[in-house]
Amino acid sequence: MSWWVVVWLSLGAYAFKVLGLVVIGSRRLPSAVERCLLLIPAALLAALVVKDTFSTQQSLVVDERALGLAVALVCVWRKQSLVVTIVTAAFVTAIARAV
Amino acid sequence: MARFTPAQRSILSASLTLSAAVGVFSIAYGVLAVSAGASIAQTCALSLFTFTGASQLSAVGVIATGGSASAAVGGALLLAARNAVYGLALAPYFTGSLGRRLVTAQFVIDETTAMMTAQGEPRHRQFAFWWTALPLFSMWNLGTLLGALLGSAIDPQAFGLDVAFSAAFVAMLAPHLTHVRGRQAAALGALICLALIPFVPVGVPILAAGLAIFIGVRPHEATV
Repeated sequence: MSWWVVVWLSLGAYAFKVLGLVVIGSRRLPSAVERCLLLIPAALLAALVVKDTFSTQQSLVVDERALGLAVALVCVWRKQSLVVTIVTAAFVTAIARAV
Repeated sequence: MARFTPAQRSILSASLTLSAAVGVFSIAYGVLAVSAGASIAQTCALSLFTFTGASQLSAVGVIATGGSASAAVGGALLLAARNAVYGLALAPYFTGSLGRRLVTAQFVIDETTAMMTAQGEPRHRQFAFWWTALPLFSMWNLGTLLGALLGSAIDPQAFGLDVAFSAAFVAMLAPHLTHVRGRQAAALGALICLALIPFVPVGVPILAAGLAIFIGVRPHEATV
């Protein structure tokens, strides 16, 4: 991996943190912009989950990861802690791969 | 030995539990980053300086599947943009010098924002922020180092570690699904991503999923 990934990602991530807390700070943004920005985590986290679960490079696949995801969904739905959720999902996936 | 009030003790127990979870997560990150082709130094540098887990994982995931550096950084930065939104929410509570606020900014992430905004009493908010930020930063970086050192010795797939990310993302996603808008954005983001995966370079579907946020342009009354 290129060090440029580290440099640009670190600078960019810090720039966003400073942009919100310090540059814009307590000033208000147009409400339509704020509404859109608040949706970033929902849109991107959902995309990351489906990408990491249902694809290998450019192919769509359904494999043991789908089972792990299902377990994670149940854990979150049953309000289990983050540790329990991660460990259970990983464990079930590992078992499914082993058998 | 510092003495804490009962309210402070309950914040501490929540933040230490959270930090332990993040520690487990960061070991998985360390293992996967190294197996994706990052060096131990790069893996640790990302945790120290980028310090926003989902972005680090996203970048490493794109690199691991053969995506370009620019697609990796682009998707990861789009995710990092949410920290700017968190900063807006926290800004009224940080009124110190510019230097102090520039240091504080590095610690504006999902967990610190969640812990700070969960406090009903304003006087507990700074305490919650810093007592979440510091244990979490320590655990995240220690876990990363441990995972990176283990990295080449274990096969992440055999331990299901690749699914650890998705599991953690699902947990991070859940609070955003309590509103209609959040559910719509999540569904649309997932759909855009899946639809594009076979046709565009790795990493680009994540960037494109960001378009889903534009459903926020219309006022709430129109869709709720």
